Amino acid sequence: MTAAAAARRSSAGDFIAGWAQRNAWTLSLIGFFVLLLLFTRMIQPSYGVTGVQGLAISVLPLALAAVAQAIVVISGGIDLSIGSMMALTSVVSATLMKDQSGEFGVIVVLAVLGLGLVLGAVNGALVVLTRVPDIVVTLAMSFVWAGCALLVLRTPGGGSADWLRELILGSIGNEWIPRAAVALVVVVAVIWLPLRRSVLGLSLYAIGSDRLAAFRSGIPVGRTKIAAYTITGLFSALAGLSLTASTGIGTPVPGPYTLQSVAAVVLGGVSLAGGRGGVFGPLVAVVILQLIRTDMTFLKVNTNFATVAQGIILVGVVMVGSLIQIRRSRS
Amino acid sequence: MTAVSRGRSGVSAADLRRLFRDRPIIPLVALLAGLVVLSEIARPGIVSPEWAGVILRTAVPLAILAGCQTLTMLTAGIDLSVGAVASMTGFLVATLVGNVGLGPAIAIALAAAALAGVVTGVGVGIFRVHPLIMTLGMSLVVLGLANVWQLQMVQTGAGVPAEFRTLGSGTQVGVVPNSLLVFVPLAILILVGLRRTGFGRLLYALGDNPVAARLAGARGWQVLIVLYVISALLAAVAGFLISGLTNTASVTLADSYVLPSVAAAVIGGTSILGGRGGYGGTIVGALILTVVTSLLSSLGYPEAVRQILFGAIIVLVAAAYTRVTGEG
Repeated sequence: MTAAAAARRSSAGDFIAGWAQRNAWTLSLIGFFVLLLLFTRMIQPSYGVTGVQGLAISVLPLALAAVAQAIVVISGGIDLSIGSMMALTSVVSATLMKDQSGEFGVIVVLAVLGLGLVLGAVNGALVVLTRVPDIVVTLAMSFVWAGCALLVLRTPGGGSADWLRELILGSIGNEWIPRAAVALVVVVAVIWLPLRRSVLGLSLYAIGSDRLAAFRSGIPVGRTKIAAYTITGLFSALAGLSLTASTGIGTPVPGPYTLQSVAAVVLGGVSLAGGRGGVFGPLVAVVILQLIRTDMTFLKVNTNFATVAQGIILVGVVMVGSLIQIRRSRS
Repeated sequence: MTAVSRGRSGVSAADLRRLFRDRPIIPLVALLAGLVVLSEIARPGIVSPEWAGVILRTAVPLAILAGCQTLTMLTAGIDLSVGAVASMTGFLVATLVGNVGLGPAIAIALAAAALAGVVTGVGVGIFRVHPLIMTLGMSLVVLGLANVWQLQMVQTGAGVPAEFRTLGSGTQVGVVPNSLLVFVPLAILILVGLRRTGFGRLLYALGDNPVAARLAGARGWQVLIVLYVISALLAAVAGFLISGLTNTASVTLADSYVLPSVAAAVIGGTSILGGRGGYGGTIVGALILTVVTSLLSSLGYPEAVRQILFGAIIVLVAAAYTRVTGEG
């Protein structure tokens, strides 16, 4: 009886240990984030509710872009057109929602999400049909989507439905829980968690880690790849909507989100070779990068060193990672 | 018998394919000529020696930066830090020239670029960081440091030296751009270097099959460090020319060149997977992009249409290469 209970307990322990081992990188990122928050509080005792809310709103677009990038990288690709897709979806939503009712805004949001799916599907279909490397196709498509954004709106403008702005401004329940953070977690959890458990989710990891093996196990590689790009398009549209919501206007010029999303994905423990990692690591990485920037302003360090620090952290983490891998392959 | 007849019936198509695969520069030059003819048809009288001079002058910095991409792409790499490095060197010279004179200012800028190249090369060659990530990180570091330098230099102010303006935007007898004085020797050096030297062959070997190259005794890491230093120095030269061409010194001056430089190399037939390509095609690729830009702006099309067309050209050309070479 007691032995059985002990066995059960140990198997639960094993499960937790295994889970922790699999998510070691994300967990250590979260640990680092907590330390960083404490540090922030130490150097700037007034850092509180407003700081946390500002942090949540400012990371939202990049966080969604990082999730978008993570999904396509897991499937063994890379999407350099995320920033342009964000610009396009943002200007489309801002142009359509300007001076319109909230109800019409709902239709616009749904239509823009659909647009994101279409943009992503076009990217994916081109990659699969032309067999040109992902990086070249999406680089080319980044020109195309940015051009389309400029056609829609020549200069920054448009507007946002009020309910969309209120969705991410302020806090919910406890004042320490910013709405932007809740919106982010809910959106990502609602789309990613069911996906990850599904056959499609497993296929994404499979084609990312070994294309040939996946093909021989009967996975439709081409279709799965298109699906990965389509979901990336959906998250890019969400990121574009968050840009519209947080600024109140649409800007046709793509921000630095594409390359920063690649950086966040790498820092978040997703292997650029594909097949490894998740979307929550990159999320935490985005928040950490932003918080480091904030801390540097508190410490009155020249903010440009924050850019330097970001570059060094990016390269440093990858260097350490590949050193460990080289060591392992030697021993 | 059947083999012979099949060979005979498909002879012209197969020849075309082989031509496209082995000598991509011929169809590319044809495309360029077609675009020039199209420009003349669209705006009669536009094609003149002066027009050609302007096209060349605009294409030279792009062609040099595309050279960085060609060399790195041959080893299956990419150099996304060329924009930051080019801006940084142009800015360094513009801020330093008042204090230390032109020669030392150029030397300092080249040394800074070489340092960035060494760091990138060590990261890619020794620590085996993916070139995309390494050069991306490097561009953040360079941009940040250049910004810090900019704040230091607010009082001094910056002015692009007259020599750069002459070199970047001046012409001989109103037609031949002075920047060719820099570009022609550089281009010959790269072309001959890739075809005739051991270093050039090592680049192809590393890109084609890194394991085979190592087993054959090539020290990949040394090649990569030298490669990324060369790439950074080329970017520095392009930065001098761009600052002279636009007569501005800014830490983000050359950022808009980065993606077109990759595009020019891809259009020129260099594979991003490594081992295939050359600089001749890249030069034509840079000219094609410049002519398309000029054609569209002379017709009054907005920037948006240019970008969409750029993207479409890249996808189409890359898909055509993939088809004839059977890669992918």
